[in-house]
Amino acid sequence: MPTTLGTMQTATRIMPSLLLSHRTRLRQRVGAALGNGLLLAVTSLSMLAVFFIFFFIARDALPFFRLEGVREFFTSTHWYPSAGEAEFGALAMFVGSGLVTLGATLVAVPLGIAAAVCLSDMIPFSMRQVIKPIIEMLAAIPSVAYGFFALIVFAPLLQQQGGHLLAVATWILGLPLVVLGVIVFSDVATDRLRDRPRLVIRVILMALFGGGALAGLAWIGHTLGALKIASGTNALNVSIILGIMALPTVVSVSEDALQSVGRELREGSYALGATRAEMLVKTVLPAAAGGILAAVIMGVMRAIGETMVVWMASGNAARIPSPWYNMLDPVRTLTATIAGDMGEADHVTGSARYHVLFAMALALLVFSFVCNIISEKFIRRTRQQAKG
Amino acid sequence: MKRFIAGTLAVAVMGGGIALAKDANKIVMDGSTTVGPIAKAFAEYYMDKHPDVNITISESGSGNGAKSLINGACDVGNMSRPMKKSEKDAAESVGVLPIEHIIAMDGIAVVVHESNPLQGLTTAQIRDVYTGKITNWKDLGGPDLPIVVISRDTNSGTYETFESLVMKKEKIAGKTEYVGSNGAIRQRVMSTPGAVGYVGLAFREGVKPIKVNGIEATPGTVATRIYPVARPLYMYTNGRPKKGTPLYDLINLSGTPEGKKIIEATGFVPVN
Repeated sequence: MPTTLGTMQTATRIMPSLLLSHRTRLRQRVGAALGNGLLLAVTSLSMLAVFFIFFFIARDALPFFRLEGVREFFTSTHWYPSAGEAEFGALAMFVGSGLVTLGATLVAVPLGIAAAVCLSDMIPFSMRQVIKPIIEMLAAIPSVAYGFFALIVFAPLLQQQGGHLLAVATWILGLPLVVLGVIVFSDVATDRLRDRPRLVIRVILMALFGGGALAGLAWIGHTLGALKIASGTNALNVSIILGIMALPTVVSVSEDALQSVGRELREGSYALGATRAEMLVKTVLPAAAGGILAAVIMGVMRAIGETMVVWMASGNAARIPSPWYNMLDPVRTLTATIAGDMGEADHVTGSARYHVLFAMALALLVFSFVCNIISEKFIRRTRQQAKG
Repeated sequence: MKRFIAGTLAVAVMGGGIALAKDANKIVMDGSTTVGPIAKAFAEYYMDKHPDVNITISESGSGNGAKSLINGACDVGNMSRPMKKSEKDAAESVGVLPIEHIIAMDGIAVVVHESNPLQGLTTAQIRDVYTGKITNWKDLGGPDLPIVVISRDTNSGTYETFESLVMKKEKIAGKTEYVGSNGAIRQRVMSTPGAVGYVGLAFREGVKPIKVNGIEATPGTVATRIYPVARPLYMYTNGRPKKGTPLYDLINLSGTPEGKKIIEATGFVPVN
């Protein structure tokens, strides 16, 4: 029994120190209060920073609307801030930002979600451990390096080989889609038939639709191949680059959402006789939809807020492309305008030229704020669903 | 060296408040952002030779340079345009006599891709290209190729010069692409067969400068003001600076061989 004795002895030795004197207890309480207060202060500091940013940007943005009114800013495309009779129509910039963001989303979202599904449910875990960090490395490349690439390498390439590049891209993206679509469609269309007639009609349908779709693809590829791109610094260029930049965000957050859909759901799905494809499409993706949507919104925010790449490679022409969806025209975004015009804007005299940049910043801030709230909401909902 | 200069400038700025207003060893320059690089290079060179002289430079625009000179807030007003009559009158009314010194010429070359067979354009044609009235090279006697119009951003002195000398009162078209530096214009024009742009004279390599109104853009034609897209750059002083003072030496640096070298290094053209 020496051990028991030992512990008992230790216990008696500790006992007195547990009975704190009045003074020590006070000191502890004050210390705890101070610590808590300090932590609270630090936390609220970062919250205050958000408020201050909002406050100061709004404070410098409002004089613009007072000086120039609201209408011209949102409805005119005449951007001549340095002219004698200055005009501050920012509509072209809103369209430019929107177009580039839309393009980036179209690049990043299908690729990102496909990659996330592949990472979480298709490839072995050991491979995922290698591939995911590599994709996330894309986020570590400084945006000026992307911009440099877009301007020096990608823009001339688009000018010289633009049509062919687009044609090849059409084939790469279109062929798997067409094959998958034709197989699924012929399968579904012949669902009611049985045995031999089914087989025959299915083959006929496949040949018919497959041939039609391939011809369509060939026509699109040919049309695009004949296209001449006059200027490589355009909306398409930055859309692709921004899409690549937004990719790690989309992949990472979507993959987390897919992972958070528990093993039980997957196994339950298999247990009911689902194939892997059915399990993914009918069970896992719907369950993770909220998180994936949040990933998409975060990708959108990454694209719309990016400055350096668009300033270097979008052409910065303050004009709405004609027609508006023409990705081969140069565009100017809100962020690039703020960055490019800041140096000239005279803050000492408080001119409209200075305040207009803050009006743009405010518009961007409000947009990303709304996006942030929406994505938070979706992430929270997914988490709750995952728990429930 | 750079850090030393920055340190000196900082000390000079701090010392400014304490030092007597009319200290001959302290020179304050204010004004044009275009003239700024020359002024800075001059100051760097001069303070290196004369460590006892402090020169401070602000870049607040030509108009503010004139204002500061009239208010007595600076010794040298840097300007990229001649002083207006109203400014001269204002100066006279407070007993300031602005004396004009042309320190360098600023010339802008209009450049196209090297494969472009075009030899030259008139200023009116260049204006029509930049306002978007002409959109294809074939309308100017070139190949059938859409024109990609490239401009410097509205922040730059180069833009300002081009706008005042070529565009006159007309507005640059919305389709024009804007880039952030002379080097970026050269890069875009080098890689784009249909491009047209304008750069400072030092950036003509790798692209093809075209004749404007039949005159080639060379340091010679800019210095003699035959080339149309060129303008003098000024420094204004209150009265003629006395010989032997640092101010005199600084202003007259532009006539010395070292000064000319400095001006060339900053991309401008020295005057004789």
